[in-house]
Formats: sequence, structure tokens, C-alpha cells
Amino acid sequence: MTAAVLPDGSGSPDDLLAGNAGRRVREKIVQASVTVAALTSILITIGIVGSLVYRAGQFMLALTNPSETDLEEARGPIGLGNLWSDQWAPRFFEFDMKTLLVGSIIVTLVAMLVATPLGLGAAVYLSEYANRRVRKILKPVLEVLAGIPSVVLGFFALRWISPNLVQKIFDAEGQSLLAAGLGVGLLTIPLVASISEDAMRAVPDSLREASAGLGARNKTTTLAVVLPAAVSGLVAAFIVATSRAIGETMVVFLAAGASGNSAQFTVNPLERGSTMTAAMASQASGTDGTISPLSFNSLFFVGFVLFVITLVLNLIADRFVRRVRQSY
Amino acid sequence: MAVIEPILNRKTRQRVEAQIESGGINLANEIFKWSLLASLLFSLLVLGVLVYDVVTDSWPVFADRLDVFLANPTRTSAEESGVFQGLRGTFWIGVFVIILTFPLGIAATVYLEEYANDTWLTRLINVNIRNLAGVPSVVYGILGFTIFVSLLDGVLGDSELSRGNTTTAGGLTLAILALPVVIITSSEAIRAVPDSLREAAYGVGATKWEVIKSHILPYAAPGILTGTLLSLARALGEAAPLILVGAVQGKLGPRTGFFGLSQLGEKFTAMPIVITDLAKQPGAEWQPITAAAIVILLVVVLTFNAAAVLLRNRFEGKREG
Repeated sequence: MTAAVLPDGSGSPDDLLAGNAGRRVREKIVQASVTVAALTSILITIGIVGSLVYRAGQFMLALTNPSETDLEEARGPIGLGNLWSDQWAPRFFEFDMKTLLVGSIIVTLVAMLVATPLGLGAAVYLSEYANRRVRKILKPVLEVLAGIPSVVLGFFALRWISPNLVQKIFDAEGQSLLAAGLGVGLLTIPLVASISEDAMRAVPDSLREASAGLGARNKTTTLAVVLPAAVSGLVAAFIVATSRAIGETMVVFLAAGASGNSAQFTVNPLERGSTMTAAMASQASGTDGTISPLSFNSLFFVGFVLFVITLVLNLIADRFVRRVRQSY
Repeated sequence: MAVIEPILNRKTRQRVEAQIESGGINLANEIFKWSLLASLLFSLLVLGVLVYDVVTDSWPVFADRLDVFLANPTRTSAEESGVFQGLRGTFWIGVFVIILTFPLGIAATVYLEEYANDTWLTRLINVNIRNLAGVPSVVYGILGFTIFVSLLDGVLGDSELSRGNTTTAGGLTLAILALPVVIITSSEAIRAVPDSLREAAYGVGATKWEVIKSHILPYAAPGILTGTLLSLARALGEAAPLILVGAVQGKLGPRTGFFGLSQLGEKFTAMPIVITDLAKQPGAEWQPITAAAIVILLVVVLTFNAAAVLLRNRFEGKREG
């Protein structure tokens, strides 16, 4: 290329387009720093998985090769059998995983029984029935509701739902898994509503118009056209909410009534119980330093199981969400 | 076509034909509509009951002894107890989120939306961030406990004041927890910036960073601000990770001033933890102060949340119109 000199005599256009050295260096620095920032997220995941695997591994090792002091303190033998007994009581080396798993399942089931119909109903109303003005007011309110800290709903479940609803209607004594499940359900309603509404709004209006043009009522259009078309988004909403309910800690920690990190195995939602998350929180709040490392590390084992369960659910939900994005 | 066909199947057509013939007000239709509205209003009703409940419960505290409540630490008597240390901890957690999460989150978003090519690494980072957003908060507590508490333990030594479970450990843990929220929300905002804006800026010879700094970020600013506010609200309301990190439930030892930097190396607590602790107190005399603590946390968290939602709606509306 010919080096055309500009009127002021300062180099060729090529030089100008390339920018000066300072500019180029700045570009490099910026690119490097934003790349590092993005890679931090990978580092975080490695940190989470690493800390879980390391300590959960220590737990399994200590369980299969128990130390002398642990054996002295334990009432019975220590081995993998301790993961399957009839209660969760790490202090006494009782690590019955099914107590926590069933507890988590009960709470999640109750929560989803509350959150799915109410959240979906709210979403259908907002997306298909509400006029612009109503929508403009109610949707933000629902979104703000999504921001209520879980500890507040835990308090609400403990002091209001449990005495005023559960104990009166079901004749339960004191705290229960049911009360905790209802609290978690309230917490997840806005989540179900917001993802479902997004899914339904992604359904193109041409489908609704075609249905209306055939003479279908609003209800028929909703049930036979919009919901089927939005189904992958709705499934995603359900899975994300399930994952959230399983991972919810504070409501269960406060309202399910497991005392001093021990819980008996139960399948009755009206009884006291614990979940994976609540057991972790109780274990961590009771650290007085006198507890054996084996007992303490059970926290990480439970955390690892919880992490794997939610990871699988999140990956499945992610699949469904992306399917929504692609289809229209 | 694949989408249209199911609508024309026989069942639907029969239903539609039946509706046209029946005419008049369809009872099932009305019931359906009202039950939908009822499910929406139910959620709002619950919110109403909750707020009414805590506000009426907390009224004696705010009316009679607000100064004691704000200035005192947790004491053995409910009348003399306050939330000073909880407020202080929550304030410092907010500082950590603002200093660390905001710049880190925005930088990561800029990389993902403006710099990254569609490689396996980019896809991995994207999937990873979406998964991080779904990791239970209590698991972040495990990260905080293993990495920050143990790490800071090593740095600070095992003194009376700190055994690693410090304000710094809590702040770092929640800053990490809030990161995916910022990235996901800001990504949407940056994706919404029209390409014409980028092309115009490149056309006049701007470098990539100049385009980002003076065109993309300003245009996406409301969306990014929404993301940061949401992440702040999320972090300030979390209790579970702090329990794992070892935030003090119950009485907290020596007292540092609200802004005293030395507390970064000292044990800490925060509003959600204070509420957890108060909610577990058996006596009825603790109810008002628990409710008052909840009202304060709700005001802080919901203000950030409402600001985020309103901001987004406002700008979305403007650009559509």
C-alpha cells in the first residue's frame, strides 16, 4: 500500500487505524483482565467441588478406617453400615442418609404441591388474562415477593404457619416437616410464576390469534394451545423450583423442629424431622470444638450429596430452558 | 408448521366447535379465570399477612425503644437487646459485594458477551455460571468455610478474637454467592444492545474497549444496575452460608464501632443470623424484637429489590416504545 501522508504530515492511514502504542497496550490489558474475571467463575466451581470432595473423602476414609478414639466413643461398630440406620445423629456416629433424604423429599414434595398450582396459576393469569395495567402492577409485586429472605419465611413458618395452620388443621404437635414444606412452597411460588410466565410469553401471538380465529375461548386457547407450546419452559420452571426447594436451608432449619442436629427417621410429614440442608446448618452451628472430626465431616458428605442432586436437576432444567429459546 | 399442526387435531376442533354452538357465558371459563386470579392473589395475601404480622409485632420496639434496639448488641434480656452488630455485619457484607462482585461480575459479563468466541471454553463458562446460580446457598457456605475460614485462619493465627470466622470470610463468601446473579442479569442487558451501535462506533475508528466503555456499558447501564441491585439484595438476605462460615449466633464478644476496620479480622454476625438466633428464643418477650429485626431486614432487602424491578421495567418500557 502507498503511504499517503495526511495534510498535517503525520503518518499513513494504516498507522492511524492501528492506533498508537498506548491504545494497543490498553486494549491488551482490558482483554486480559476481563478474561481473568470470566475464568474466576470456573475457579469458584473448582473450589466448591474441591472442598466438598476433599472433606467428604476424609469422612468416608474415617468411616471405613475408624480411629481408636472414635471406636471408644461409639456405642457400636463404625463402618459403612452407619450410613443406613434409623436416625441422623452425627454426635453418636449415626449417619442415616435416608432420614435426611426422605426429609428433603417430604419438604420438597409439600413445597411443590403448593408452589406448582399457585405459581402456574399466577403465571397463566398474568400472561393470558391480565390487561396491561393490572399486569404492570401485579408482576412487580410478585417479583418483589421473590426477594423475601428465606430466614423471614422460616420465621413465618415457625411462628404463624405452624401454630395457626398445621397444628390446628392436622392436629400436629409442635413443629413439623409439613410446616417447613409449606414455608418453602411459599418461597418458591414467585420462582415458578416468573419462569412459567416467561415461557408463556415466548409463545408467539400468532398461535393465540389462530386459535381465537377458530372460535376458541380464552380458556381453550390457554389450555390447548399456549400451555402445550410452552411446555418445555414449564418443565424447566418446575425443575428449577424443585432444585431450589431441595437446597432451601433456613425455613427447614427454623421450622422443621429437629433439635441439636439429631432426627429420627420418619415418613410422616406431621412429625419433626430434618433435611440435608438443615442437618448441615445444625452441624455447623453446633461446633463447640469437642466433636470428633468424623462427626463434623459428615456435614461435607451431606453437602456433596446435595450438590450432586441439585447439579443434575440444574443441568436438566438448563436443557429445557435452551429448548424454549430455540423453538421460536 | 410443526407447531401449528397439534392445534388442528381433532380433539381441539371438537372442543372449539362445541364452544361456538353453546354460546353465552361459559361457567367453566369463568371459574377457570377466577381461580387463576385467586392463585395470584393468594401469594399477595400471604405477603400481606406476613408484613402485617411482623409490623404489628414489632411496633412496641419501634415506638418505645428504637435507640436501644439499634445501638445495643444482643443481651440476655429481650428489653435491652439490640441488633447493632447484625446491622454492622450486614453493612460490611454489602461493602464486600459492592467492591468485589460488581466489578468482577461486570468484567466477566463483558468478556462473555463482547470478547469470547464461541469455543468450548466459553460454553463451559456459560453453563458453569448458570449452574452456580442454582447451587444451594448452603453449599457456598462450605466453600467459604474450607477456603476462606481455613485460609484466613492461617493468615491471622488462632487468636482469641479470630479463628478465621471473620467478617472478611463472611463477606468474601457472600460476594461469591452473588456473582452469578450479576453476570446473568447483566448479560441480558448487554445482549440487548443493538449491533448498529457497535458498528457505528467501530466505523469511526474506536477500539473494542472504547466501544464498550462509551457505548455498550452506558446503554446497558440500567440493566446492569438491576443485576447489581438484585445480587446485593440476595447477598444481604442470606443466612445459611453465614452459618457454615461460622457467623456468631447469640452474644458477640468485644465491640468495634460500626465502621471500624479492625472488625475485618474479628468474629461477626449479620441481620439474617441475628433473626435466626432471636426466632429460636423460646420466650414470648423475644417476639417483638425478632419482628423488629425482620422489619429492618425486609426494608433493606426489598428496597434494593423493588428498585431493581422498577428500574428494569421503566427502561424496558421506554425502549419498546
